[in-house]
Amino acid sequence: MNKAIKSKNSETISFWYDPDKRSILYQIGAACLFVFLAWYLVSNTMANLERQSIATGFGFLNHEASFEIGESLIKYSAADHYLKALSVGFLNTLLVSFIGVVLTVILGTFLGIARLSKNWLINKCAAGYIELFQDIPVLLQLFFWYAFFYEMLPSPGDALNPFNGLFLCNRGLIFGIPQTHPAFKYMAIAIIIAVIIIFFLKKWAKKRQDLTGKPFPVMLTSIILFIGFPFVCWLIGGTPTQMDVPVLKGFNFKGGLTVSPEFAALLLGLVLYTAAFVAEVVRAGIQSVNKGQTEAAMAVGLKSGQVLNLIILPQALRVIIPPLTSQMLNLTKNSSLAVAIGYPDFVSVAGTAINQTGQAIEGVLLIMIVYLVFSLSTSAFMNWYNKKMAIVER
Amino acid sequence: MELDAANENQVIIKPPISNVGIIGWMRKNLFSSPLNTILTIIIVSILWFSVIPFLKWALIDSCWLPDADCKETGGACWSIISSNYKIILFGFYPQNILWRPITAIVILVSLLSISRNRNYWNAFLGYSWLISLVIMGLLLKGGLFGLESVDIEKWGGIILTLLLSVFGLTAAYPLGILLALGRQSEMPVIKTFCIFYIELIRGVPLISLLFMSSVVFPLFLPEGVSINGILRAQVAIILFTAAYIAEVVRGGLQGMNKGQFEAADSIGLNYYQTMRLIILPQALKIVIPPSVSVLISAFKDTSLVVIIGLYDLLKTTQTTLSEPKWMGFSAEAYIFIALIYFICCFFMSTYSRKLEKELNTDLK
Repeated sequence: MNKAIKSKNSETISFWYDPDKRSILYQIGAACLFVFLAWYLVSNTMANLERQSIATGFGFLNHEASFEIGESLIKYSAADHYLKALSVGFLNTLLVSFIGVVLTVILGTFLGIARLSKNWLINKCAAGYIELFQDIPVLLQLFFWYAFFYEMLPSPGDALNPFNGLFLCNRGLIFGIPQTHPAFKYMAIAIIIAVIIIFFLKKWAKKRQDLTGKPFPVMLTSIILFIGFPFVCWLIGGTPTQMDVPVLKGFNFKGGLTVSPEFAALLLGLVLYTAAFVAEVVRAGIQSVNKGQTEAAMAVGLKSGQVLNLIILPQALRVIIPPLTSQMLNLTKNSSLAVAIGYPDFVSVAGTAINQTGQAIEGVLLIMIVYLVFSLSTSAFMNWYNKKMAIVER
Repeated sequence: MELDAANENQVIIKPPISNVGIIGWMRKNLFSSPLNTILTIIIVSILWFSVIPFLKWALIDSCWLPDADCKETGGACWSIISSNYKIILFGFYPQNILWRPITAIVILVSLLSISRNRNYWNAFLGYSWLISLVIMGLLLKGGLFGLESVDIEKWGGIILTLLLSVFGLTAAYPLGILLALGRQSEMPVIKTFCIFYIELIRGVPLISLLFMSSVVFPLFLPEGVSINGILRAQVAIILFTAAYIAEVVRGGLQGMNKGQFEAADSIGLNYYQTMRLIILPQALKIVIPPSVSVLISAFKDTSLVVIIGLYDLLKTTQTTLSEPKWMGFSAEAYIFIALIYFICCFFMSTYSRKLEKELNTDLK
């Protein structure tokens, strides 16, 4: 219709007043501007780099890093390449983000539910927490917790010992772990097998319920499987109970597992900050489900567990998941603030690399690429989830 | 007659004492079920054992005077604040002319409190904002009308925090609107640019942009030209905030009824007129509350400039803490600036909620 009118009038409209041609002109203009700007910046940069005799390209990744990193999940020494140093930082970012996300979801869910509690005191406490932690910059919180670990906690000599096997001092949090024993490896395998079985069991149970209407106690069986499998392994493995308990030797603890003050402060700050936002998300999600839904579900005879599982959660999660993922992404991005308190995350290691090599552009580019990969994969997940969860309308 | 007699005999029965007043309220709100009773007792005991010692530390055992000897009292040492508040709040701004930044902040705060009321939103307020911004800049920078000139590099503390967030948002807003319009446009090239920019910026942490501002921006400039660090950080914050503003504005644009565009087309308005007269006034009104949220996070995010070594509120505090005399009093200093940030953000978020409520009833 539109096309027909246009082609009919094409002779009467002058070149400048034809919207199509004009839009092409605008776009060419914008592209030219962009190309010119890019050329200007690149040529300036090239000239500057040449003048300051800074190398370009990613060749530096294969050079010796020659700096130590405080904490590492993989074996690393100063003699290793930059590439390895950066992967140490990358793994540290992943570690703190992963643990942070898990703890945040747990704490945030509790707070969100507490915010809806009929108990006035709990409700107000949750509200106060949310307001307080949302309104203070996360960086300030990180500094505060870091100072808390370094200044306010005692030295290892008179470390706090709330219960046996756990020490809290200015060297961090040190706690006992079970001594290595082959049985633990088999327990880990048993957990994985249990998860796989539970997955298929759930599928089968749903299919059976759809076909015959008979429900299967999936939750109970899952819990039994999940705990029972590793427990049986533990029994067969000879019930190892030896603990590797930290002992004070000289100025520091030997044995056990040490969580450094940097890591603990970073984790604590990120979790407490993000949980306040997650609590709001959870509250909004639960409130979004109409009360009539619960009543209708009870009217058709569902038990309260089923009401929650089959009616409330699927609807609340549809509202909760998208903002929740963006909060998770925020936590991951905020973990880059580790650089301020000296935890060697990716940004911190890349920053050191920039300082040593002077190759700022490559360094910043690497940081951006890593975080872009995080966020693009998250938004890919989100699209998939939204498509899966979209309300199917007739 | 009978009715009257009945009324006379009627005794007004009061509700049971356990259902009204404080007891009734407590029964309903604190002890409604066994579980709630247990939870209430747990929370009260936690509060008792944390808040009381905290208050004792912060208020009773503490010392407040600038030259008090803190180490002996065992409580909070607010002397760190009373001795160093000038440095913490204003950084290295010359101490003999502190009235200038204070006046600027007073102007800003009074303008903000006037702007809270939507009845005053008119062109006059817009102009007074513009004029006041100029006056504030003049007061801070000096160099005219006999005011002593102060180098921008000396601006620190709360001045820098406010500068970065207020100017950041003011400059980011138009850019964000342009980006949002570009993202909604039908021209593929411009649309791609805008989507690419917005997604790129939103995907990376602010700290990477600040790194870029401190180490990469200088490389972009031609030889001999240099811009000082504060302006570079300001540019980074503007570029960053604009992407978030763009998404907020896009939400408003998408919320517009299609009929509005068609009606504008049908009375012969061109694109520019449609946007300026019809679409943006309505779309921007919807997005005021989320814009305030962006302002809050921009305000909090300005604290990140401490990482590239600019003297904002957080950095001046750390400078004070690094003096041997004040080492070990981080808690007091951090609580003080946390209070400043909290008060500012709390007012903004309460305002945003209030506005949201008002605007919602407008639409219904």
